[in-house]
Amino acid sequence: MQFAFDEDQLAMTDAARVMLVETCTPADLRHLLERNEAWDEARWNAIRDMGLVAMLAPEDAGGLELAPVDLVGIAEAAGYVGLPEPLVEQAGIVVPLLASLADDRGWIERVIRGEVVAVGHPANPFVADADTAGAFILPHGAELHLVEREQVSLTLRHSVDTFRRLFTVDWSPSPETMVGSDWGQTADRGALFTAAQLIGLGQRAIDLAVAYAKDRTQFGKPIGSYQAVKHLIASAQVKIEFARPVVHAAAAELPLDTFASRARVAHAKIAAGDAADLATRTAVQVYGAMGMTREADVHFFLKRTLALRYAWGTAFDHRATVIERLNTRPTGPDMTFASRVPA
Amino acid sequence: MKLEYTPEQDAFRAEVRAWMEANVPSGPLPSFDLTREGFEAHRDWERKLSEGRWGMVTWPEAYGGRALDLIRWLIFEEEYYRAKAPTRVNQNGIFLLGPTMMEFGTEDQKARFLPRMAAGDDIWAQAWSEPGAGSDLAGVRATATRDGDHYILNGQKTWSSRAVFADWAFGLFREPGSERHKGMSLILFPLDAPGVTRRPIQRMDGKMVFAELFLDNVRVPVADRLGDEGQGWHVCMATAGFERGLMLRSPARYQVAASNLLTLYENNKNSLPASVAERVAQSWMDADAYALSIYSTASRLTAGGSIGPESSTNKIFWSEMDIALHQTALDILGDRAELAPPDLGTTAVDWLEDYIFALAGPIYAGSNEIQRNIIAERMLGLPRA
Repeated sequence: MQFAFDEDQLAMTDAARVMLVETCTPADLRHLLERNEAWDEARWNAIRDMGLVAMLAPEDAGGLELAPVDLVGIAEAAGYVGLPEPLVEQAGIVVPLLASLADDRGWIERVIRGEVVAVGHPANPFVADADTAGAFILPHGAELHLVEREQVSLTLRHSVDTFRRLFTVDWSPSPETMVGSDWGQTADRGALFTAAQLIGLGQRAIDLAVAYAKDRTQFGKPIGSYQAVKHLIASAQVKIEFARPVVHAAAAELPLDTFASRARVAHAKIAAGDAADLATRTAVQVYGAMGMTREADVHFFLKRTLALRYAWGTAFDHRATVIERLNTRPTGPDMTFASRVPA
Repeated sequence: MKLEYTPEQDAFRAEVRAWMEANVPSGPLPSFDLTREGFEAHRDWERKLSEGRWGMVTWPEAYGGRALDLIRWLIFEEEYYRAKAPTRVNQNGIFLLGPTMMEFGTEDQKARFLPRMAAGDDIWAQAWSEPGAGSDLAGVRATATRDGDHYILNGQKTWSSRAVFADWAFGLFREPGSERHKGMSLILFPLDAPGVTRRPIQRMDGKMVFAELFLDNVRVPVADRLGDEGQGWHVCMATAGFERGLMLRSPARYQVAASNLLTLYENNKNSLPASVAERVAQSWMDADAYALSIYSTASRLTAGGSIGPESSTNKIFWSEMDIALHQTALDILGDRAELAPPDLGTTAVDWLEDYIFALAGPIYAGSNEIQRNIIAERMLGLPRA
């Protein structure tokens, strides 16, 4: 039993975090926003060159064949900076999905090289990243279809978060486009890596609130010296602290693919969503009226949190999974880890 | 990251489980906070634990322990709670004073006190708070006046848990005339020493969980001071760290409570709306989240890390989780929630009593308001008032 990241994981995560924090500052986000764009080519090249997109890809496709737990800290860092580009989606969801297909039609290699595949999983009717995608994996009943860009027509749906480019996709299935009939663990990976981003988003909101509370004075003192403000922020930090280990455990246990490991992912998504919600709302409260504006940075993280809470399954969906786990599997102090729970 | 137990850890779990199954009393023991008989029944249980060398499993073998790492300690605790073994009457000693003594005690003190503590021969009370010093512990007024190789203790202590029947107590005393954090010493004293008067304080449920202690010229050898003279605050803060953080609150306790809550819901769900299941599930998720967090901290500490102000987040989380869990249980009981035994009937869990105990969680071991200040100032770096 060892519930800690190893040195390789820490080193890789640190390197990625440093790169993301340096290349994706709130000022960078503002520049994109002014240009009405959601994509920075230089940053995406840095991400790709670091090998981050290829982390979970099979070795024979040029990947590192790592596990979800190796990527979870990086997904957290992507949330922390409010990354607009789909690193987490491509590395954590698309690449493993392509790898599970009998014939990916060469797309894993293309994704590793920096191209984008958008996924229309039934959990998410609005397809993210569709305008930058070269291909789509879309559902038709139980079937999965791999569809090229020119075979679809897209309609933009405006997300609260302008960096989330959502579309409805019109297309026609054909025998040629069908590539499979099983989403496998895609929904779990989607929920897990979204949860990891939510932890990062929540921590960023707290860090912003702390910085603001040190700086902003009222009645002659920094507002962060007032106990009422301290307690708001501390309560949000507690919520983050007790969601993070759930997300990390869900990442480590995901490959088990048992009912208990799926329930852990559900728990992770609920806990991370609740924590990020409290943290971002707390940050708005600490910022006061400034928190309601686009002039303060907190809105980037609040809006991404809002969006991601409802992506890859709502809290209602995930609670139903947890309740089913409680109804059908033993609980108790010797059942903490999914590896102990009967499949 | 490896979230699976090793074969050795599984074997250890099996060993604990077998011993608990063979030795845990079949029914609950009488309360240790009501009668001397109840207290002594628990002392007997501590002795039995000690005979099996389960008294304090993380301690060195020389002091009656097994020198186990924190992961095995967690496994032990899981099996302890799973077996419904009695609450530890000596938790002030083994979880608070013991680790402090391991860090600050002389070899002589460790040899004199620790094996007797592990064996249940000495049951300890804590004597920190005073009527004017709770959260502001540096406001302690009780004095230790040096007289050659003795101290003369005078003053009043309150909220001394277990002090009604316990054998020894540990408390903070100051050099006469000293102020605040300076000049304080942590001193151990027997509760039957001449000059000690105990006045039980009844908790709202009638149990004598606490006592007030009046100290009138109590003579204590200087050798029974823990840590250096005047360094009591420093020593005491280390103890507070043990109290707030990992050591006092096993996750297993809440996981068992969550399982009991599930059973309660299962037995009553035909008369309840389906939405209640969500609250029950939330309690289970919180208990598991707490367990995961403690496992992660234990892994870090085992690898040589240290526990810092994040222990304050533990304290807030478990105390608030405990109240929510028991409140859900009372809501499920509905109009029966206000009934105390024996009118509630024979239930495995006395939800009302456990709820009342949970209400104290945000108060003891450092109030949650103080913990939030610690998180804000020491963990997040917000300015002091």
